[in-house]
Amino acid sequence: MGTKVLIADDEPNIVVSLSFLMKREGYDVLVARDGVEALETIRAERPRLVLLDAMMPRLTGFDVCEAVRADENVRDTRILMLTAKGRDSDIARGLGAGADAYVTKPFSTRDLAARVRDMLA
Amino acid sequence: MKPDPRRILAALAPGAALALWLLGGALLLGATLSPEARAALGPLLTGTATLIAGWWFLAAAAGAWLAARFYEAHVGATGRLADATRLLAGDPSAPSIMPHGAGRERLLTEAINALADERRRLEAEMARRVEEASRAVALERDQLGALMAELSQSVLVCNLDGRILLYNGQARVLFRRLSRAPESAGGAELIGLGRSIHSVIDRALVTHALETIDRRRARGEAAASSQFVTTTPAGHLLRVSLAPVRSEGAAALSGYVLLVDDITDEIAAQSRRDQSLTRLTEASRASLAAMRAALEMLDFPDLEPAERESFQRVVRDEVGALSARLATLASETSEDLLTRWPLQEMLGADLVTAAAQRIEAVTGRAVAVGEVDETLWLNVDSFALTQALAFLADRLTREQDQPPLTLRLAPAAGGWGHLDLVWPTGDGAARGPRGWRTEPMRLEDGVSPLSARDVAERHGGEIWLAHERTRGLSFFRFLLPLASGLETEPATGERPEYYDFDLFAASDAARALDDRALETLSYTVFDTETTGLDPAGGDEIIQMGAVRVVNGKLLRGERFDQLVDPGRSIPEASIPFHGIRPEMVRGQPRIAEVLPAFHAFAADTVLVGHNVAFDMRFLQMKEGATGIRFDQPVLDTLLLASVAQPAEESHSLEAIATRLGVAVTARHSAAGDALTTAQVFLKLFPLLRARGIVTLGQALRAAEASYYARLRY
Repeated sequence: MGTKVLIADDEPNIVVSLSFLMKREGYDVLVARDGVEALETIRAERPRLVLLDAMMPRLTGFDVCEAVRADENVRDTRILMLTAKGRDSDIARGLGAGADAYVTKPFSTRDLAARVRDMLA
Repeated sequence: MKPDPRRILAALAPGAALALWLLGGALLLGATLSPEARAALGPLLTGTATLIAGWWFLAAAAGAWLAARFYEAHVGATGRLADATRLLAGDPSAPSIMPHGAGRERLLTEAINALADERRRLEAEMARRVEEASRAVALERDQLGALMAELSQSVLVCNLDGRILLYNGQARVLFRRLSRAPESAGGAELIGLGRSIHSVIDRALVTHALETIDRRRARGEAAASSQFVTTTPAGHLLRVSLAPVRSEGAAALSGYVLLVDDITDEIAAQSRRDQSLTRLTEASRASLAAMRAALEMLDFPDLEPAERESFQRVVRDEVGALSARLATLASETSEDLLTRWPLQEMLGADLVTAAAQRIEAVTGRAVAVGEVDETLWLNVDSFALTQALAFLADRLTREQDQPPLTLRLAPAAGGWGHLDLVWPTGDGAARGPRGWRTEPMRLEDGVSPLSARDVAERHGGEIWLAHERTRGLSFFRFLLPLASGLETEPATGERPEYYDFDLFAASDAARALDDRALETLSYTVFDTETTGLDPAGGDEIIQMGAVRVVNGKLLRGERFDQLVDPGRSIPEASIPFHGIRPEMVRGQPRIAEVLPAFHAFAADTVLVGHNVAFDMRFLQMKEGATGIRFDQPVLDTLLLASVAQPAEESHSLEAIATRLGVAVTARHSAAGDALTTAQVFLKLFPLLRARGIVTLGQALRAAEASYYARLRY
């Protein structure tokens, strides 16, 4: 059984490519379409890593991140935040909320894949 | 008692007169007798001589007694009364005259005493009125000075209760706009003498601003002011600058001056632009990310046709979406969401102190001040921020068993600062009260429509909840923008400083002088006294005074000193400033006659004055009517002093004169002030030279730069 990676993004057009990419990298891919779903999946499936979009309906990526860090059971989940917000304050907020890495859209899929490999190493 | 010689003379006079009378009678008798009869009478009289002498003596004694009494009653007493009256006239605090003597004298004494009493009463009354008037004038001057200095803005003067004491035309226009009342009321329900400013500006904001000023004052900043932004009930956004008014010589506040700008439209437009830009950027990033990822997937050679098709569809989709978004944004103009809030610069330590006070007031528990970087200046809306911190502290205190709270402030990378509200949580995870981030802030003294997140966003910053596992601490962290930390230069001066640099625009012909050393030039140092401060509003020159400085020497003999009939009344309130009463200008020449004379006096010299833009404006107003144009270069001792001694706070004429050791004479007469200004001007030469300012051109440029420095606060 491979390593579980959750892709949490509300835009199907990016999810298509990301899940294809992650599957090619050999991970078991889970998908969540909003923040609440993402948090439920994390608690239920315990993925080792989450590609977390910052702006999602119902619960933002920041909120999900804070909730994960506050939860004893899933606190150690690796979190890579993906966001279209590129301001310094957003990055600071993302890292402040407890993300392990922060990637601004658009990004190189090759670099992203390498980053994910590093984080799971 | 010393014998009065005149009294002795008066007593002796009757005896002497009687003796003369007897002697005369005897001579007359002797002249009429024959020699034999005279010879016969001789022995006869010798026998009765003693009797005759005794008889005379009796009469002389009686006469002396009567004369002495008469003298005493009518000459001596009157003299003493006159002396006492003179004493009373010279010294009003002398005791009343003790009445004695009879009848008339007593009445006269009483009348004199009554007169003296009346005079004492009048004097006391006068002193009281003078004191009252000078206090009132001093207060008016404080207020007026601050008011007039910023005429282009709406200016209001309020007492500590927020009652409007004074407002200007601009303020009326502004409040008419703010008004929600029918047109006919025209904002008069908001602005008016005696009305409360708190119908428009929240009392808590004013209190907060005054506290900020007090803290800055306590740190030694002389004339601190404070800025804040507020919304009105009608939804306008006002930028308010508050300057305290203090009574003469007292540290206590007597009120404050408000300068108000309506920045609603400005901010709305700016906000719309920012919004559009942010949305476009973020949406485009998302689209580009999807397209790029899809394109990169298409690069894999081993794709199934269905996979290939799905990635191509993503690209087509996103291109379409991006185009549609651009079209929408281009047509969208009216949507207002978030506002970039105008912020004020504040010393971080001050903010922490203010926040600690507010938290203590709200929670009733002391807040520790932890590590605070004393050098940090923040760009903040301090009112909203202290509210937010108080709200968070209040929620923590209520819901988490009253943890000890600490505030700390530290710099962060990239021009940001971290303001943290810290409490210990031991090993447990950080946990904020429910809805702390997004709920409207509710405090005992009111509910704010904003949430803690809104407050953070106002600053373009962020707020989050974090946990320091190593130290067992949790904290709310505000990410706040740092400010450059420039201090404002307070505008001081007893007369409003008019700066209109068009006045300083010298004509081409004057430029040749620019390269000459200051000492080698000829100057006309002048001053004017006027009926008021507003030349455009009908105020006129009533006195002009000037002296000449040639080759670095003050020519006291060559002076211009002229009263001018203003052709209008002289306001009573202005008289204490110049001491010129209406009767003094009656019959004096009008300005149309005086200006040509002054123009001739000042020909081929550089004009110099203290805060000279004020005087130049009056001269300029007369240009049209008189055809007299002052196109020579103009130097301002106020600006030059601020160049020569930039560290000094006050550049009022008195302050500079005192610093430079110039004796101030006849202050507030045009000629006296011109003389003082000239002496100050000469003392500035070496100071300017030390700063590399040697030529007229350099002095003009330095003064201009100084002017802009004063503006850019």
